[in-house]
Amino acid sequence: MTNHWVDIKNADLIFVMGGNPAEAHPCGFKWAIEAKKNRKAKLVVVDPRFNRTASVADYYAPIRPGSDIAFLGGVINYLLTNDKIHHDYVKAYTNASFLIDDGFGFEDGIFTGYNDEKRSYDKATWKYQLGEDGFAKVDETLQNPRCAFQMLKAHYSRYTPEMVTKVCGTPKDAFLKVCEYIASTAAPDKTMTNLYALGWTEHSVGSQNIRSMAIIQLLLGNMGMAGGGINALRGHANVQGITDFALYAQNLPGYLAPPTDAEPDLTTFLDKKTPKMLRPGQMNYGQNLSKWYVSLHKAWWGDAAHKDNGFAYDFMPKLSGASDVLSIFNAMYEGKVNGFLCQGFNPLASVANKKKVSDALSKLKYMVVMDPLATDTSEFWKPHGEFNEVDPAKIPTEVFRLPTTLFAETSGSFTNSGRVIQWRWKAADGPGDAKDDTEIMATLFLKLKEMYAKDGGAYSEPIQKLTWAYRIPNKPSPEELMMEFNGKALADVTDPKDPTKVLVKAGDQLPSFAMLRDDGSTTCGNWIYCGVWSPAGNLSARRDNSDPSGLGQTLNWGFAWPVNRRILYNRASADLSGKPWDAKRTMLKWLGDKWGGNDVPDMRPDAAPDQNVMPFIMTGEGVGRLFSLGLMNEGPFPEHYEPFETPLDNNPMHPKNPKATSNPAARVYKGDMEAFGKAKDFPYVATTYRLTEHFHYWTKQSKINAIMQPEQFVEIGEELAKEKGIVAGDKVKVRSNRGFIKAVAVVTKRIKALDVDGKKVHTVGIPIHYGFKGATKPGFITNTLTPFVGDANTQTPEYKAFLVNIEKA
Amino acid sequence: MALQSLDIKQRSATTTPSTQVRQTIEIAKLIDVSACIGCKACQVACSEWNDIRDEVGNCHGVYDNPMDLSAKSWTVMRFTEVEQNNKLEWLIRKDGCMHCADPGCLKACPAPGAIIQYSNGIVDFHQENCIGCGYCVTGCPFNVPRISKEDSKAYKCSLCSDRVAVNQAPACVKACPTGAIQFGAKEDMKDYAAKRVADLKERGYDQAGLYDPQGVGGTHVMYVLHHADKPDLYAGLPANPSISPMVALWKGFAKPLATLALAGVALGSLFHYVTKGPNEVSKEIEDEIEKEDAQ
Repeated sequence: MTNHWVDIKNADLIFVMGGNPAEAHPCGFKWAIEAKKNRKAKLVVVDPRFNRTASVADYYAPIRPGSDIAFLGGVINYLLTNDKIHHDYVKAYTNASFLIDDGFGFEDGIFTGYNDEKRSYDKATWKYQLGEDGFAKVDETLQNPRCAFQMLKAHYSRYTPEMVTKVCGTPKDAFLKVCEYIASTAAPDKTMTNLYALGWTEHSVGSQNIRSMAIIQLLLGNMGMAGGGINALRGHANVQGITDFALYAQNLPGYLAPPTDAEPDLTTFLDKKTPKMLRPGQMNYGQNLSKWYVSLHKAWWGDAAHKDNGFAYDFMPKLSGASDVLSIFNAMYEGKVNGFLCQGFNPLASVANKKKVSDALSKLKYMVVMDPLATDTSEFWKPHGEFNEVDPAKIPTEVFRLPTTLFAETSGSFTNSGRVIQWRWKAADGPGDAKDDTEIMATLFLKLKEMYAKDGGAYSEPIQKLTWAYRIPNKPSPEELMMEFNGKALADVTDPKDPTKVLVKAGDQLPSFAMLRDDGSTTCGNWIYCGVWSPAGNLSARRDNSDPSGLGQTLNWGFAWPVNRRILYNRASADLSGKPWDAKRTMLKWLGDKWGGNDVPDMRPDAAPDQNVMPFIMTGEGVGRLFSLGLMNEGPFPEHYEPFETPLDNNPMHPKNPKATSNPAARVYKGDMEAFGKAKDFPYVATTYRLTEHFHYWTKQSKINAIMQPEQFVEIGEELAKEKGIVAGDKVKVRSNRGFIKAVAVVTKRIKALDVDGKKVHTVGIPIHYGFKGATKPGFITNTLTPFVGDANTQTPEYKAFLVNIEKA
Repeated sequence: MALQSLDIKQRSATTTPSTQVRQTIEIAKLIDVSACIGCKACQVACSEWNDIRDEVGNCHGVYDNPMDLSAKSWTVMRFTEVEQNNKLEWLIRKDGCMHCADPGCLKACPAPGAIIQYSNGIVDFHQENCIGCGYCVTGCPFNVPRISKEDSKAYKCSLCSDRVAVNQAPACVKACPTGAIQFGAKEDMKDYAAKRVADLKERGYDQAGLYDPQGVGGTHVMYVLHHADKPDLYAGLPANPSISPMVALWKGFAKPLATLALAGVALGSLFHYVTKGPNEVSKEIEDEIEKEDAQ
């Protein structure tokens, strides 16, 4: 979230698309209800199903799964053609006025630089025109046809209401009604919050779904505002935390890009990765990369990391290609992986294409499962009737189960969707032989270190020299770990403006990442968390809920990264002169000599408005990007592409260009393209989702959750049910090109057939949660059906739009 | 079930006068259907606080589960899909005991002290006095009490009388994530409801209103409905509930008939004794008959 849970109560419009918070985030959803009750806020839902969120919404519009960009592109076009944008904001705080390279173009669904053999782009032209001073050229009149604003306008002019209806199946009047709601927040003192979750990410165009909304929020001037923002609702109490700590192996902690073999030394690496200043006088905060990166090495390798060896640059493993979940299972499937340490993860159930995952696990020599529960994955080799048809005699994989404690059986911290880090205290001892994950990992590490010491081995130095200063070496405590990744001063940290002034004494915890240095005098395991355990102690354990502004900021409750800032880009909540756009919801204002207000300023505290330091401090140009340069793999503007399994013959926006049918930059592995089903065999669109009664694949093991929703079902509309002779409660079989599941049919008015490009499209809704292990009725694993292809940037699988057939079982 | 004898307003099949020395305020639970998302946290909280677990059932082609109230499910969500004027609505109503001011169950109950009404409005079952006759089921205009197959006793929501007695809100209220279930003095709940109704009217629900049916003297569980003119839309919530005339007959002018009916119960108990073995409460019924006869 750019904002936070409680801030939802400050919105005038709560726009939910790509998520179903009433279902999946019922506790956080209370803030949407608060906004409705106390601010007369409106709640608008766009979703393939009339879902639990829609049940309390002011307005609902249906949409075909996988057509979100067409819808949002239509909204962009509506805002631009009806002049419903926040002009001052767009002009000052976005790159609307920036001129784009003359070589950049777009033709029939493909941007400049495409290589269809590699399925990737050369992004050389996806950039600004630079002046001789090295800064981007701008046209403040916004009239130059090469400025981002005009190019945006031209790009989305194709997304007419008629086109939206054709692609999405959303009735035109419903689409326009939603546009009116959204457009109402272009007023400077009105805000829309956008709530999304996996309904946007789990598509082959997932990241661009979110980019589309980012463009809308910039046009409306809703970024940085209380009650605004782009708000990802994370699916787990600590999934934000695990993402911050390099859940994606293509990142280091704090979203630092890892080095590769293309950068042989630290200087080359830093030179390549440090963002350049693109407009004069901007903060370009990313220019501090060297301080974050060197401090990370100092945290990991201590004295062994020093100036002379590039702070042990060679110790850091170099990223050698894809390391996302699909690529790992594909490598396993190809027999390239021997062992698999499966920690708190149930991939047989949660990764796409269960058959492929099961075959992949069958090619391992061994698998170690660390989990509090006996999961489906830990028994992938065991026959469970038709729910898991395998022959153990043909599976050589040796499986070890190491029972771990559950979250309530260990202390530590959770980082919620709003980036608020909250300490939690152990409530009970784990049962039996269960051990904390940290103890298991530490024991394993110490054993490896001992074996390397005794027997030798290739390049063991990074292991031998790894910092390991815990009081009990095989039991690092959560407190020690948090203090460690917060970081401390190794030597006195002095004020760059006045070297006689000591800011942090040697040995003390660091209060903020502003104290990090690249000379080896500071350590920090995750720069964005710096300050969580400051000299004042564990700030994540703070429980002061006082809220003087009444806006729910509660700055003394826990600790939000970065630097306890609750709303990112909050400088944009005030106009150029530093006056809040809406005084009633002041986040920041210029006090004459410094920034003040109700949040930690996302701005240099003494940057007077006339210095023109712009609010988006992490970009080199200081402004939000309507045109995203080369950051996205499939283009600087989101474009609608069909899901890899589409019910249509082509992309209605590019009917004559088969290369632009589905995401041209998405990676497809050998064999997976063939495993995509065709509409003639699998005529119905399927989408998977969660139910409020369950949590992923855990709670099927809990009796009380099992009572509330005991058995797997699929949802279909009344019209499809009638065609197929299915009545509510019937057992049905749902097939995709990868397998089948059986479940009970829920026949509902809440899923309607849609008219898409002249074709009637039915949607089949399939909850996840069920499997062969648990207290619920034994069921099939939903991901038996889903395709093994992901988003072109994150590789998140396309769980939300694929093709199936359905019949009475 | 906690027994706060000072706060008892009336007991089933009992003629001794109620206590007078202490007054409590009338309380109510307000269920704002327009803010309910059907998450079933209330069902879970109810099971957990009362430490009861229903069976793991099956999916019957709807979101409802368990499908109905039972001796082990004292509240369930009822999901109804309604299409009116081309607009689809998914109405979700939390069903359970309404805690009527004029409780049909208590009126119908022949077992002394099996059903209690407290002065705060809570109607509570005391299973140790229940004879399992099922009259409360007949007497209830909302079809709420359920007889357990395990012990032949009647069960329903107690409005967490044990929690309320120590100034705690009922478990379902505590668990509700959206604030759709509110709890407090009945007058305060009516004020709160008025605000919610005004908000709903502004949003185009012209017939929004409070459900506090007077046919049963008002209730201590009330609903805010978007369509107060059509409570039936909400999984058959009765528009004008009232106590069955049979019960009125039973408690009213037909005492001899009542006695006869009690004798019938006694006979039933005898039958029960013959087929299922001794049941201690049958003696109490006989005492009750004797007492009534003596009057």
